[in-house]
Order: sequence, then C-alpha cells, then structure tokens
Amino acid sequence: MFILDIVSSVLLIAGVFFGLSGAIGLFKLPDFFTRVHAASVTDSIAAILIIFGLLLQTPFDLNTAKLLFILTFLMITSPTSSHALAKSARHGGLLTLSEEKEKQQEQTH
Amino acid sequence: MGEFIDLVLLAMLALTALRIIFLKDLFAVVMLFGIYSFLSALIFVNLDAVDVAFTEASVGAGISTVLMLGTLALTGRKEKENTHSSILPLLVVCITGAALIYGTLDMPPFGHPDNPVHEHVAPRYIEQSPKEIGLPNMVTSVLASYRGFDTLGETVVVFAAAIGVLALLGIRRKEDEEAPESGLKSHHVLHVVAKIIIPLTILFALYVQFHGDFGPGGGFQAGVIAAAAFILYTLVFGLSKAMAVVGPKFLKLMASFGVLLYASVGLYSMYKGGQFLDYNKLAVDPVAGQHYGIIIIELGVGITVFAAMLSIFYAFSSQAERSNIQ
Amino acid sequence: MNFILDYYNYWIVVFLMMTGFYIVISANNLVKKIVGLNVFQTSVFILYISMGKVSGGTAPILVEGVTQYSNPLPHVLILTAIVVGVATTAVGLSLIVRIKRAYGTVEENEFKNQDDAI
Repeated sequence: MFILDIVSSVLLIAGVFFGLSGAIGLFKLPDFFTRVHAASVTDSIAAILIIFGLLLQTPFDLNTAKLLFILTFLMITSPTSSHALAKSARHGGLLTLSEEKEKQQEQTH
Repeated sequence: MGEFIDLVLLAMLALTALRIIFLKDLFAVVMLFGIYSFLSALIFVNLDAVDVAFTEASVGAGISTVLMLGTLALTGRKEKENTHSSILPLLVVCITGAALIYGTLDMPPFGHPDNPVHEHVAPRYIEQSPKEIGLPNMVTSVLASYRGFDTLGETVVVFAAAIGVLALLGIRRKEDEEAPESGLKSHHVLHVVAKIIIPLTILFALYVQFHGDFGPGGGFQAGVIAAAAFILYTLVFGLSKAMAVVGPKFLKLMASFGVLLYASVGLYSMYKGGQFLDYNKLAVDPVAGQHYGIIIIELGVGITVFAAMLSIFYAFSSQAERSNIQ
Repeated sequence: MNFILDYYNYWIVVFLMMTGFYIVISANNLVKKIVGLNVFQTSVFILYISMGKVSGGTAPILVEGVTQYSNPLPHVLILTAIVVGVATTAVGLSLIVRIKRAYGTVEENEFKNQDDAI
C-alpha cells in the first residue's frame, strides 16, 4: 500500500507545518488575541491533519475507532478552551491592539 | 529512530526545568510544570511504560497543576526578590551533581536485555503471570495481586492525605443565604460544552477502571479522571451546586468505604483459609479467584482515589473568597 | 557515540534532579519549592523507568507473537510513587495556605523573621 503511505506522510508533514506555524506565531505576533488565534490553529487544523495521517497507517480495527474518538473530543474541547481564554481576557478588560492605539491617540489629543 | 525521539524529548525536559528556576511569575511556573509533566508522560510512553504514562499525565499534569493553581489563587502570583546569595546552593548542587554523574558511570548501559535488573523476579512474573493470574496486563497483575499489600498501603496513603488536607483546611460550609455564587455565569459556550463533556468523561473513567486488566488503566487513573469530571463541573457551575450534587459527607464515606473494601477482601480470604490478600481462596478455581480479587480491590482503589481527590479540591476551592465572576 | 547513547538518559536525569534540588534549596517562595520538589520526584521516576526498558521489547501487556517484554516491576513501583507524590504535594500545599493565613506571607525570609520575634 505504497500510495497509502505517501498520502499519510503528506498529511503528517502538513500537520507538523501547521503546528510549527502556531508555535512561531505564539512568539512573533504582537497582541494577546492574535496569539490565541495562532495557538488555536495548532489545536484544530494540526490535530485534524495528524490524526487523519495516523488513521491511514492502521488497518481498519479498534485503533481506527479510538483515533476517531480522540479527534471528536479534541474538536469539542480545543475551540472551547480558546474561546474561554479570549472571553475571560475580554471580560478582564484587555483591549485589542487597534483599541489600544485609539485610546493612546485620544489621550494625546 | 526511537532513540532520536528519546534524545529530543529529554533535552526539551531539561530546558523546561531550567526555565522554571529563573521565572518570577508563579502562574507561568505552574504552567511550565504542567508542560514538564506532559513531556515526562511522553517519555514514559517511549520507554514502553504505558500505565505509568497514563498515571503521570492524569495525576501529575491534571490534579497537581489544578491544586497548585488553587493555592496560587490564595497566596499571590508573583515571587518577590531573593535576598540571600545563591553561591552556596549552586556549589552544593554542583558537587552533588558531579558525585552523581560519577556514580552513573558505574551503572549498566541503557536498554541491554541482560542488565541485572531483569533477572530473578521479573522473568518469573513475566512467565508465570499468564498461568497463575491469567490477565494480559502484567503491570496490573503485579500491582494488584503479587504486590497487593503495597497497593493497600498506597490507598491508605491517599486516604491519609485526604484526612490531612481536611484537617488543615476543612470544607467551609456557610449558610445558604451567605454562600457566594461562584462559577462562570455568562460563559454560555462553556456551560453547553461542559454538559456534553462531563458524562462522557465519567463514562471514560468507568471504562479505564474495568479495562485495566486488558490494557493500560486501573483504579488510580480511573479515580483521578472521574474526579477531574467533577472538578470541571465545580469550575463551570459553582461550588455550591457541585456540593449539592456530590456532598462532602458522601465523599468522606466513599473514601473510607474504598479502603474498607480493599482490606475486607484480604480478611475474607483469611476467613476462607488462606493468607491475607491471598486471592486463590476467593473462588473454587484459583485463577477465577484472582480475577474476582483484582476487580474488587481495583474498585476499592478507584473509589478512594476519586473521593480523596475531590475532597481535597473542595477544601482548596472553598477557601477562596472569590467575587462573583460575571 | 555509543557511550553517550548508553548513559544519556541517566545524565539528563541527574541534571533534572539537580535542577529540582536547586529550586528547593534556593527558592524563597514556598509554592516554588513545592514545584521544585515535584520536578525532583519526576526525574527519579524517569531514572527507574529507564532502568526497566529493554531495547527491542514492548509494553508489558501480553500480545500474540511478542516474546520480549520490558520489565514490569519498575512500572509498578513508579505507579505507587506517583500517587504518593501527589498526596504529599496536596498536604504541602494546604500547609502553605495555612501559613499564608497565619503569617500573611509565603516568602520564606519574611515569615522566618516573624517567628523569631516571638
């Protein structure tokens, strides 16, 4: 099943690329909310690609079902945690970068 | 290829631990400790210790991190500046480290099958446990049957920790009118998702509890996962609602009941004519007796660990006089 | 190269142990001391599990067609040790909460002097 191996490797490498981009975004991006977005990219797209890449590696047995369960629970909980982070920050009064700049302009005028 | 993963993971672990020394923000230190715990769980999987990885991920990265965050809510987030010099501790650490590295040069090399640790008792367990006990998971058969007395001691230690925390902190129950409403009231997404996730988590805990004979799992992991489900409920819906669902008195009863169940299996096997915790006497067929004994004591362990972890969390979270989070 | 691969696990374990030890003896804040204690404990677990690993073996769960298993005995020992470690951490953290209530601070140099003043 050579073609299966190639497709699975492509998916895994794509997943690793998105994971890396999330990690780099965590350092490079300027604002808290943009960083949360970068981390949530890792949580959602990288997880989906990696798990689909792994799904192609096993024969169709119990492991397939376990991987699909893991994917389901990751899809339910990861976006929720990113949402909870961003919402708590907003409630705590954190302003986005553009709102900070507007406030600074109002204060200097 | 397996060695390369090993090298990289251990190097990441060392970097994480090094960073913990220099951080002053305790919240970040606790988060780094959670990462450290998860990385060591990955290393355990790489070293073929799947049961240990399961326990480390759930206990170390789950319960320990939650309890430390609870303490931080009460004691403050930032560490103040260090006044005394750090030359003497550095010197002590360097000398001890050098002595230990000199000691490790004498150890047998990593991974060779003829190391001294793999002789005498271990091959006997690996060969005889399918015939004597009949369970696929050798770690469970050693933990619950061959070394069952140690596991009884471990359950009593967890119970004693719950008693200690309850004696030090206690669960403050105020009158119903004064109880502050805690929980996350306006996080509607969290409410819906928690309602979906909590029953599935409890189901998974039951699966881990009873499947520990055939795969990684067992009483400890199951108890911790079930406690984590109720901790999620407390965080999202508030402490007073959680205490109405599973009350502190019920938890104290359950914790003692688990230890009692474990010890009474031992006493029952003495009553049947064997030694303490000799499961062969529990049924007519010795292997069936072993199965009965292992299932019942794992249940006792799971019940005690669940009740103890949840009581400890209740004790910590009832101390925090947090204002209403809208 | 083989020599490094043979002992790499143990050297990293010694490094982690010394890091945890340094945090315990030199940190001022009590919560950070407890974190250092946990770092130390986990490094000892890695030492034991590294000793139990057999190269070419697999996890100690009986599967058809596998003859070489890793040693299950250190796994049992470390399972117990992890749970005992979290029990110790829980009691230590509750002691810290009581210290904060009694002295008002969890920095060691501050409440050490308060005790001597009695």
